[in-house]
Amino acid sequence: MSDQSVNIVERKPLLMIVLALLVILIGSVITAFIPLFMESMEVKIDTVRPYTALELEGRDIYIREGCNNCHTQTVRPLRDEVLRYGEFSKSGEFAYDRPFLWGSKRTGPDLARIGGKYPDSWHVQHMKDPRSIVKDSNMPAYPWLETRPADAGSITARMKALQTLGVPYTDEEIAAAPAQLDGKTEMDAMVAYLQVLGTMIAKAPVETIEEPAPAPAPSDSAQVQ
Amino acid sequence: MEERYDSWPVKAFTVSMIVWGLASLLYGVLISLQMVYPQLNFSEYFTYGRIRAIHTNGSALGFGLSGIFALTYYFVPRLSKAPLFAPGIAKAMFWFYNLTIVVAVITLSLGYSSSKEYAELEWPVDIMVVLVWVMYAINMLGTIFTKTVDKMYVSLWYIIASVLGVAILYIFNNLALPAGLFKSYSLYAGVNDANMQWWYGHNIVAMIFTAPILAIFFYFLPKVTGLPLYSHRLSLVAFWSLIFLYLWTGAHHLIWTPVPDWIQTVAIAFSIMLIAPSWGSVINGYLTMNGNWEQMRTNYLTKFFIMGITFYGLQTLQGPSQAIRSISSLIHYTDWVPGHVHMGTMGWFAMTIMASFYYVIPKLYKTDLYSVRLANLHFWLVFTGQIIYSITMWIAGIMQGAMWKATNPDGSLKYTIQDSITASYPYWDLRAVGGVIFIAGFIVFAWNMYKTIQSSKENEPAGSVKTAGAI
Repeated sequence: MSDQSVNIVERKPLLMIVLALLVILIGSVITAFIPLFMESMEVKIDTVRPYTALELEGRDIYIREGCNNCHTQTVRPLRDEVLRYGEFSKSGEFAYDRPFLWGSKRTGPDLARIGGKYPDSWHVQHMKDPRSIVKDSNMPAYPWLETRPADAGSITARMKALQTLGVPYTDEEIAAAPAQLDGKTEMDAMVAYLQVLGTMIAKAPVETIEEPAPAPAPSDSAQVQ
Repeated sequence: MEERYDSWPVKAFTVSMIVWGLASLLYGVLISLQMVYPQLNFSEYFTYGRIRAIHTNGSALGFGLSGIFALTYYFVPRLSKAPLFAPGIAKAMFWFYNLTIVVAVITLSLGYSSSKEYAELEWPVDIMVVLVWVMYAINMLGTIFTKTVDKMYVSLWYIIASVLGVAILYIFNNLALPAGLFKSYSLYAGVNDANMQWWYGHNIVAMIFTAPILAIFFYFLPKVTGLPLYSHRLSLVAFWSLIFLYLWTGAHHLIWTPVPDWIQTVAIAFSIMLIAPSWGSVINGYLTMNGNWEQMRTNYLTKFFIMGITFYGLQTLQGPSQAIRSISSLIHYTDWVPGHVHMGTMGWFAMTIMASFYYVIPKLYKTDLYSVRLANLHFWLVFTGQIIYSITMWIAGIMQGAMWKATNPDGSLKYTIQDSITASYPYWDLRAVGGVIFIAGFIVFAWNMYKTIQSSKENEPAGSVKTAGAI
């Protein structure tokens, strides 16, 4: 068969490099590079907004501490997950997430819809001493978050970088950012971030099993929040 | 004949392989214990969230790459029948590479992380990694370009693909805008960032833990057994289909996420197709042994290589099955996945690499292996450790997935997440036991290497010169 042509590739390193490069790039271009320019990758949701300075600071601390190693941030469209965590995740919710923080391992619970689930004081106590709230928890304690000030010094540079990447921060918002972190601790920032997670879309009403829903409710009263 | 080949980089990277191997294994055992005993999160520099990345990067970029560097610096010149292209660059690369790993460990401990898995290093360290890779590529491709053999053996093809693949993957996934000395934001947002990350995450496994290890396997299995490779044509077909199919499969890490369905479905389909080239290599290995299977008993190194390729075969059946939507819905995000990963790393990768060092080190130091008995002990320790690790995690993973899905007769959820954590503790304890056994095996290996090298220095003049015998 085509043994002759095959032999040429085996003899010529440059030819093999070019061919291998092409072969590697086909799947990469189609599944990873072309989607960068497709709108279906990120269906826009009007209510999703960029993170505030304090929330962004919290998000960067979340990244620093590697919370994503144990907590995912995507609710899958599966019955048990929607029951446990709430509405499944939508692509547009992550429009301002750089990097994404979906994670790959769910040692602790998913946090995509944690916002508003517990009061701020719950989170503070839980991060200081997880076992004082959940007896058998294996989460590390993060006591240092409460004593450290939020990093007001670098917030401008960080927001400017995000602005360059296309996050619609106004110059006024960036100018006001250091003042918003003034007097705040890292704990305040973390709590602010956790409390906003998953709250930027209208939540579907949680269905309870006992109620067989006798009559269809008026359509807009079901969409509270 | 042997003297044309520069042995310095091989010897040097062997040392860094042992050092970084031991370090990343110790970090691995520590994080496995932290899962059960949270009081082991000593200070912020040793919390699970930070040092898990040290374990994964240390295993891939420290342990894995050191081993690959050492062995490819050994066989690429020999297969090309050409001296190493730039020995000076190899020397510089060795020092700069080790500096990079040290900087990586320090910065990750300090929390400088971009959070993208196996790509956590922040942008200045990323640049160092790229420089290391450029130096490596110059030597690999340069040596292959100056070859004096007619045809390139299959191992060289895999190294070419790996040199190209790692470069493309690493650079595109790590593109970010710096916002400070150790802080940057990804060039991609949300769903695209996730899609890019898992295109990288899955294929860096292909280009570090598959392609170079197949190159090593196909070079050393015939050397060690004295048997020629079963089929050249099979290796050719397997090679081209492997490097074609792999790059489409990354999104199987993103099943049931907001990534568009077509990308998920394409990834699932290609993952299943990937069984063919993977098993092409497995069958090529098995059939090389045809008629000589008694070597499993008589040749300690055959045992390593054949068990290694067997773990590769199991791995490449398990992987595609995990990509299927229904199976993914049960086991994704659970401990099943670390069980799967570690069959590849502790089984296929570590066994193949370490067996090759048993062959290379006595040859380079012109002596015999210090102890075959210890090598056998090493085999059984790492084998047992790996089996304990994977089996406990598979059971724990299915248990966790099932507990998350379980509902009461009234339709409400039966268990909390904490219930599934509490139920996992015995399995996590056992996993740590498996890890400790594996480390014991690695220490036996390191001791054997040390004594072998030492014995060659003691009988310097009396060392027996073995012939190289190219393939």
